[in-house]
Amino acid sequence: MATETAIEFVEVFKSFDAQSVLKGLDLRIPWSEITTILGPSGCGKSVTLKHVIGIERADVGKVVVAGYDMARIRHGELIELRKRIGVLFQSSALFDSMTVKENVAFGLRMHTRMSEEEIAERVHVCLDAVRLAGTEAKMPVELSGGMRKRAALARAIAMEPDFILYDEPTTGLDPNTSSVVGDYILKLQSELNVTSVVVTHDMPLARRVSDRVALLYDGKAVVQGAMEDVEAANNEVFELFVQGRLG
Amino acid sequence: MGKLFAFLGGQLAAFFIQVFQMFCYGVRCVTEMRHLYLYRHQIIEQCYAVGVSSLPLVCLISAFSGMAIAIQTAYQMEEYVPDYMVGALMVRSVILVLSPILLGLVLSGRVGAGVASELGTMKVSEQVDALASMAVDPVGYLMLPRMLAGAIMVPILVIYSFLVAIICGFAMSMIKMAITPTELVKGMKLYFEVYDVFVGLVKSVVYGGLLTFMGSYKGLCTAGGAQGVGRAATAAVVISSALVLILDYFLTHALLY
Ligand SMILES: Nc1ncnc2c1ncn2[C@@H]1O[C@H](COP(=O)(O)OP(=O)(O)OP(=O)(O)O)[C@@H](O)[C@H]1O
Ligand SMILES: [Mg+2]
Repeated sequence: MATETAIEFVEVFKSFDAQSVLKGLDLRIPWSEITTILGPSGCGKSVTLKHVIGIERADVGKVVVAGYDMARIRHGELIELRKRIGVLFQSSALFDSMTVKENVAFGLRMHTRMSEEEIAERVHVCLDAVRLAGTEAKMPVELSGGMRKRAALARAIAMEPDFILYDEPTTGLDPNTSSVVGDYILKLQSELNVTSVVVTHDMPLARRVSDRVALLYDGKAVVQGAMEDVEAANNEVFELFVQGRLG
Repeated sequence: MGKLFAFLGGQLAAFFIQVFQMFCYGVRCVTEMRHLYLYRHQIIEQCYAVGVSSLPLVCLISAFSGMAIAIQTAYQMEEYVPDYMVGALMVRSVILVLSPILLGLVLSGRVGAGVASELGTMKVSEQVDALASMAVDPVGYLMLPRMLAGAIMVPILVIYSFLVAIICGFAMSMIKMAITPTELVKGMKLYFEVYDVFVGLVKSVVYGGLLTFMGSYKGLCTAGGAQGVGRAATAAVVISSALVLILDYFLTHALLY
């Protein structure tokens, strides 16, 4: 907790077989702020998030999360750290053999001693927050893509994590629901003081919620900093990205 | 020629890497046994899935194999041994060889492939990553319960299979070959060994653990979409069937000599 930054990437390289994805990524994510990661499709945003939870390991370089060096972290510490991180996967990744309720309750059942009523109450609160109240008994296949995304968001926040990683939280949502999700991201941050990382292509969302932004391009963070500073900096790549002409 | 050696070398290296990986998964499974209590619901659910759902199939194939082996034993032994020996021989071959191998092979297909494709689908749809991200070990939560279920339920299924095969075999001997029940029971009493049952059960524990382990391992290592899931299921079935037959030799050797 004593560390200055919540999450830090130092010169991280990562490749899959012959394809190198991260090529010396440097990234600073401060505590209790919302940091948005922007970048063209396929540039390694999701891979970056997976480094934070230790699902992927850096080939070279250092990833430090909450003071833990992810290359050296012990198994028990990793488990404890992961309990503090909520992740919304890009593909939602709901457990398709369980109902929505069981999905949201999963972490609570595995890691807490909450009673059945407390769990039901918590699940209800989380689902209500993403406007999915009443879908408890449905299976994930019975939901639309956008509903799945929101159910996955409910699951990510059920454990009241210190960190929340959102991988494209608004993709596939209509503007109304998108803004609900945006409100919710802001609300979580202000009320619970969580450290959030939002990966998105959605510029309106990014402008609305971000304290900081980082633009990933060609395996590196080409710009990062406070939203206003980055927009004022006239970075060429950033301008192209915002105009939708980065190819 | 150089290319051929390079190719063979590559294949050999890949093989040893896989064996090493399997070993690592096995070790993780064992260490996760500390948290057995955490996974209790999974274990019970999987026992049910492996045991109860395979029962009809097991009964069916055991019945027919029992009848076949009765006819075959009688045919092979007709000239040389008295009728009561048919009962004894039949019972012993069912217990020592037939039921354990038969179930090992059939359940590799039914259970092993099912496990591989289920976990493979979870893997490619990031559900396994989601599990890990929620601080739950996928090996402990997915693999261990399935392996235990295999090691516990397959022996139970094998006992069923013994009973069904022997009853059907006896019925066949009586109806078709006019061997009297007294003769059959006499033979069984004379030559039946409890140790045989032990051997049959040890084999089935090994096969049960093996085929669910292979299924889970292949499932968790799946890469590359629906095709990858298909490949994982096929590989799980092929490898565990082959290993059942190979291990049968070693177990037979170790336990009977
Ligand atoms: N497990 C993997 N095996 C092989 N290659 C991978 C794997 N995961 C990601 N990649 C590759 O890494 C690159 C970056 O993937 P990633 O999913 O991080 O992109 P992204 O920035 O999230 O894109 P999008 O905005 O489309 O989600 C892709 O080119 C992909 O092919
Ligand atoms: Mg992505």
